[in-house]
Amino acid sequence: MPIEPVVKVLFILVVMVVGIAPVITWIERKQSAVMQDRIGANRADLSGITILGLLHPAADVIKLMTKEDVVPDGANRVLHLLSPLIAAVPAIIAFAVIPYGGVYQFGDTTINLVGADIDWGLLYIFAIGSIAAYGTVIAGWSSNNNWSMLGGLRASAQMISYEVTMGLTVVGVFMVFQTLRLTDMALAQDSIFWLFGIIPLPAWGIIYQPLGFLMFLTAIMAENKRPPFDIPEGESEIIAGYHLEYSGMRFGLFFMSEFIEIIIIAALTATIFLGGWAVPYLSTDVIIDAIASKMGVGFATGLCMLIHFATFMLKVFVMIWVQMLLRWSLPRFRYDQVMSLCWKIILPLSIANIFVTGLVILLVKGSG
Amino acid sequence: MTAQAVLFYVFGILAVVGALGMLLNFRNIVASAMSLVVTMVALGAVYVTLEAYLVAAIQIMVYGGAIVVLFLFVVMLLNLSIDELPPGGQRFIKFAVGLGGLLILVRVLRAILGDPSAFAAPETLPDGYGGYAQLGVALYTDYVLLVEIASLLLLAAIVGALILAKRKIG
Repeated sequence: MPIEPVVKVLFILVVMVVGIAPVITWIERKQSAVMQDRIGANRADLSGITILGLLHPAADVIKLMTKEDVVPDGANRVLHLLSPLIAAVPAIIAFAVIPYGGVYQFGDTTINLVGADIDWGLLYIFAIGSIAAYGTVIAGWSSNNNWSMLGGLRASAQMISYEVTMGLTVVGVFMVFQTLRLTDMALAQDSIFWLFGIIPLPAWGIIYQPLGFLMFLTAIMAENKRPPFDIPEGESEIIAGYHLEYSGMRFGLFFMSEFIEIIIIAALTATIFLGGWAVPYLSTDVIIDAIASKMGVGFATGLCMLIHFATFMLKVFVMIWVQMLLRWSLPRFRYDQVMSLCWKIILPLSIANIFVTGLVILLVKGSG
Repeated sequence: MTAQAVLFYVFGILAVVGALGMLLNFRNIVASAMSLVVTMVALGAVYVTLEAYLVAAIQIMVYGGAIVVLFLFVVMLLNLSIDELPPGGQRFIKFAVGLGGLLILVRVLRAILGDPSAFAAPETLPDGYGGYAQLGVALYTDYVLLVEIASLLLLAAIVGALILAKRKIG
């Protein structure tokens, strides 16, 4: 029974999905409260002890689990039950290819801190991201409700549009790093890039592709239907859109899948554009050598592993904070604005980005 | 029986079940489309077990994630249902469903009762099989003319669709 994949799967499920996703609901409440100059939710307590409102995620889960599961009359029961699953599963299995750390040698065992080191990692993410569109579309249709149907239709158009642009915006990164394997991409960012030969910068994706970073962040936030792109669940227009007729844990699953995707977006952006697990200016060899001179090589490798994991999680939380910032400061876009942003602005810009990147690579590396 | 072989059979059977579900659900178009999605994704998984990784990713992304979503988009927008068709149309659909089921049955029986050596895989796969590097090189060196012709065809289709849409609106 291979122990390593079991440990990795358990880590993904227990730490990332069940552990961090509820913390993000707390972050959302507290960050929005701080941004709006109020206190936020802090009343949930265990016999009088409230810890800054950190018990609210637990209270949320208990509330959602004990609420009545309402299925509307005339709804398609099977599809109504399946859509939260179709929305949640792609969000969870996307964690399989995210590298939490590099490759570490402990004597003759090699530890690769990634669930599945597949050659086509980025394509895998896009493939299962495109399946996630079905959750919202089928939820909208199966609820037998006009407003849900409108939400589902809007969601389908928005999600398939932004899938296309999401793929095109990372082609520039693909051209620079010459690989779709996320572990290799993170490894390639573990070095220093000399701007004009004199200024040392960490060789991160955002230095090579600043426009690509902005466009990718926009496209993938639109894919997640987070405000300002939350037309499908526009509260003031179509009540709650596609998850109108969902209550209890079925809604809980939709809610959770949105927050799990926030973590995925943060982890992906951190891996592709912000250097993943790499510490800026301190490459792996520098760290291991510096620690190994005081303690042994084995201890140095282990400590380096922890440092890299902590760096990655720090970057993930920074990106989560950025997404919350965008969510709470921008009003919702109008539907035609969302569509024209995708097809008239991001798509031409991403193609121009590919062209310019190719030109620069040709000039820098010489032809042939 | 390696894990690869077991997964191949599991996903293969799932693909056939999805195809049968698509046929048998002909009264409920959305359930039929969802069964088609099951078939597409199961085929993608089959391609993974056959080590054709790029084709698997493209299958799931394009078929599962774009084409069937557009089917669903049209179905939901127009609120189609089989009962709105004239009796000739309904008979035709039932005939098509029967024929489809018969074809699936014949194919499955041929696979089960036939000669398994006909489906033997080559002993060693060439280096870089199923990856995108070889496909990219082949597309832009050996088959570059076909790529250009295909892109011209798509451009013609886009322009035609735009003109038809404008004519309907204006």
